[in-house]
Amino acid sequence: MFAYHLRLALRSLGRTPGLSALMVVAIGLGIGVCMTMLSVYALMAGDPIPHKSDRLYAVQLDNWDPNQPFNEPNEPPNQLTWRDAQALAERSPAGIARAAMSGVGVVFEVPDAPEVRPEIVTGRATTGDFFAMFDVPFRYGGGWDKLADADAAQVVVLSRELNDGLFGGENSVGRSVRVGDTYLRVVGVVDDWDPTPRFYDLSSGAFSPVDDAFVPLSLFDRHREDWGINGSVNCFEPPPAEGIFESECVFTQFWVELPDETSVRDYHAFLDAYVQEQKQLGRFQRPLNNRLSDVNEWLDINEVVQDDNTVLLGLSFMFLAVCLLNTVGLLLAKFLGRAGDVGVRRALGASRAVVFQQHLIEVGVLGAIGGVVGLGLAWAGLAGVRSLYADYERVAQLNLELVAVAIGLAILAGVIAGLYPAWRICRIAPAVYLKTQ
Amino acid sequence: MEIRPILSAMLRNRTGAVLVALQIAITLAVLCNAGFIVQQRLDKMDRPTGYDAANIVTLQTVAIDKSGVDASQIAADLRALRAMPGVAAASPTPQLPLSNSGIGWALSPTGEPDDPDRVNISMYMVDEQGLDALGMTLAEGRWFGPEEVETATDLEELIRLPMPSVVLTRAAADKLFPEGNALGQTVYDFPGRSMQIVGIVDKAQGYFVNSQSAENSMFWPVLVPANDQQYYIVRTRPGERDAVLREVESVLLAGNPRRLVRDVRSLADVVGESYGNDRAMTVTLLAVMGLLVAVTVLGIFGLMSFNVSRRRKQIGTRRALGARRADIVRHFLLESWVITTVGVLAGTALAVGLSVWLVGSFELPKLDWRYIPAGIIMLWAVGQAAAYGPARRAAAIEPAVATRSV
Repeated sequence: MFAYHLRLALRSLGRTPGLSALMVVAIGLGIGVCMTMLSVYALMAGDPIPHKSDRLYAVQLDNWDPNQPFNEPNEPPNQLTWRDAQALAERSPAGIARAAMSGVGVVFEVPDAPEVRPEIVTGRATTGDFFAMFDVPFRYGGGWDKLADADAAQVVVLSRELNDGLFGGENSVGRSVRVGDTYLRVVGVVDDWDPTPRFYDLSSGAFSPVDDAFVPLSLFDRHREDWGINGSVNCFEPPPAEGIFESECVFTQFWVELPDETSVRDYHAFLDAYVQEQKQLGRFQRPLNNRLSDVNEWLDINEVVQDDNTVLLGLSFMFLAVCLLNTVGLLLAKFLGRAGDVGVRRALGASRAVVFQQHLIEVGVLGAIGGVVGLGLAWAGLAGVRSLYADYERVAQLNLELVAVAIGLAILAGVIAGLYPAWRICRIAPAVYLKTQ
Repeated sequence: MEIRPILSAMLRNRTGAVLVALQIAITLAVLCNAGFIVQQRLDKMDRPTGYDAANIVTLQTVAIDKSGVDASQIAADLRALRAMPGVAAASPTPQLPLSNSGIGWALSPTGEPDDPDRVNISMYMVDEQGLDALGMTLAEGRWFGPEEVETATDLEELIRLPMPSVVLTRAAADKLFPEGNALGQTVYDFPGRSMQIVGIVDKAQGYFVNSQSAENSMFWPVLVPANDQQYYIVRTRPGERDAVLREVESVLLAGNPRRLVRDVRSLADVVGESYGNDRAMTVTLLAVMGLLVAVTVLGIFGLMSFNVSRRRKQIGTRRALGARRADIVRHFLLESWVITTVGVLAGTALAVGLSVWLVGSFELPKLDWRYIPAGIIMLWAVGQAAAYGPARRAAAIEPAVATRSV
């Protein structure tokens, strides 16, 4: 029966090619626009590290101006001071993985290959736990250990891209790069790794590409007069003469990995104790306001999904609604237009249910074709989005899941659009049509 | 023209008419609100910058090592840049205007730490050619002389150097001194330095295009060679920009090759990139609006074609009874107008509702009511245009159709 109805559906669609094409275009446009907005939105609102996003916590401490909060109503700064991040990295209870980090800007040269053009590196100074905490995959070598952190070891982990640029993509572990007159030994090369959004540091754009290189935080500390901070620096008071690294200015991020609720509570208590102790020294003049936010909370707090994208998503669903209303109207016209045929079929014994089913199958087929057209349009739409937004290179991508959603949505939309027309047509009185024929 | 027969004909296919009216309602709601957002973004991007952005070349030098990060390097670079043919003026700066990256500062007329009149401001650090290099217009007072340009040995010192004189934008000056008598007055920053306003420029937008205080800027004559990165602003004479864009890297590297020169581009390009999201939003909304109108046209066209084909016999009869072709055309145009009108009435309510949602959820400004009548007029026109083809086809139906049995 299904095959028979499918054949009928195809024949019926072929009989009115113009009208069928109009409907396919209407569904296709609706799905195309919707899928374009939805895929951008889904990737922006997506979880960049799903299997452990509920165990990784961003730390916030409120060292801000006693007279006014960092953000109304009473939000603590979104980054930490250098010294607090260092202190937390050193003093956090044993067994808790931690990563203190800050963006760093330097120029790398390859000392044994002077023909290689020096590269401006947007890097990250961090602690050795970073790689395990954030599941960084390695192509060659690996990260560094706690000893390297303690000694400010002159080591570096390169991104795959930077390794391509400096070493032609070869296994560069053991080779050196030079920053000014400091030599850094390559210990690892990261494989393709592209957390989107780049949750671990949102301060310089949630969709910034991942860092070019990683060095120990303690090494940056040693070279802090020469190497530049890369990222946003916020101060509520002028830094002291000793400089920004000894100030209340915030430009450092700090993450911990906490396996369960007890450990979250314990760590919260640890943070409170740390701040109380600092209060004794005259710092942290605001009331206790320490925060631990897991990855998804952190993305929320930092408003990673931009209002523009939510507005576009809402409008695109309204667009889909118009397309569907359009399709309903066209279907109604088409079905009622062949009421005569249906009258004959009904008179010859086809039940209402069969007629209904036959027409629903027809709109299902329309929906599926519309979905394919819509996917093509969404693909073009995403190419358009990529060319419009410099940052969205990696956000505006179609993936398999979205393809499935698109086809499903299209068939569903088609069937919803077809319900009423199919119901109308199956309820016609056959006698009327038999008489006029 | 009688409206009764039109209504009774329409009521025979209520569903189709209601569906199209609903489409028109949603279309109106989206068109008004999207159009309003587009206009706001266009206005935002259209604001005058105060700079001669099209003729300004900007670039950044990055030192490979610490050699060449000092005041003498900046002086040498400026000499080389100013000696280039086609260059009118050049100035160093720590960051570029309207680049979404820069130094925010705050000033107040009293210097009290909790002064409610404190004004957020973009702090520019340029030299004696800054006015010319940016192509700004001095409205009052004076610009700085070369003897006023200080040098900070490091970033920390920058906060402690005295700031005897500053130039403000008109917007910032009026914000601090609403009576308009800012010139010559003393203002304070929050490390507590006092400074005199020696000049006022008409307009000079700040570093951040999305900032509430984008029109508030101050200029301070100081060099900051402590950083290994240095931006330059080079204003070229009309028609010479592209030549300077091509040559500037080699000119700077000839002086000191131990560095990289990057991001050589016009200030107009820098600004364009900063507005990227606004431009993208505008283009996307316009595309959605265009497609929406197209789909609505299809809807009206489809309904009208269907009605014409169903009523062939009645049309033939009317023609046989003496109706002219023009009467038939008018019938269908009026029918389309009635449907469109019902749609836009419902759409007005929907447009207001959508605006309430947008205002409530996204801090967008309230819809300007004039967009609604504009949208209505547009949809009326669209409705008439879409119905015209089917109406013409209806008019072409022969009176003889009435006499045939089928």
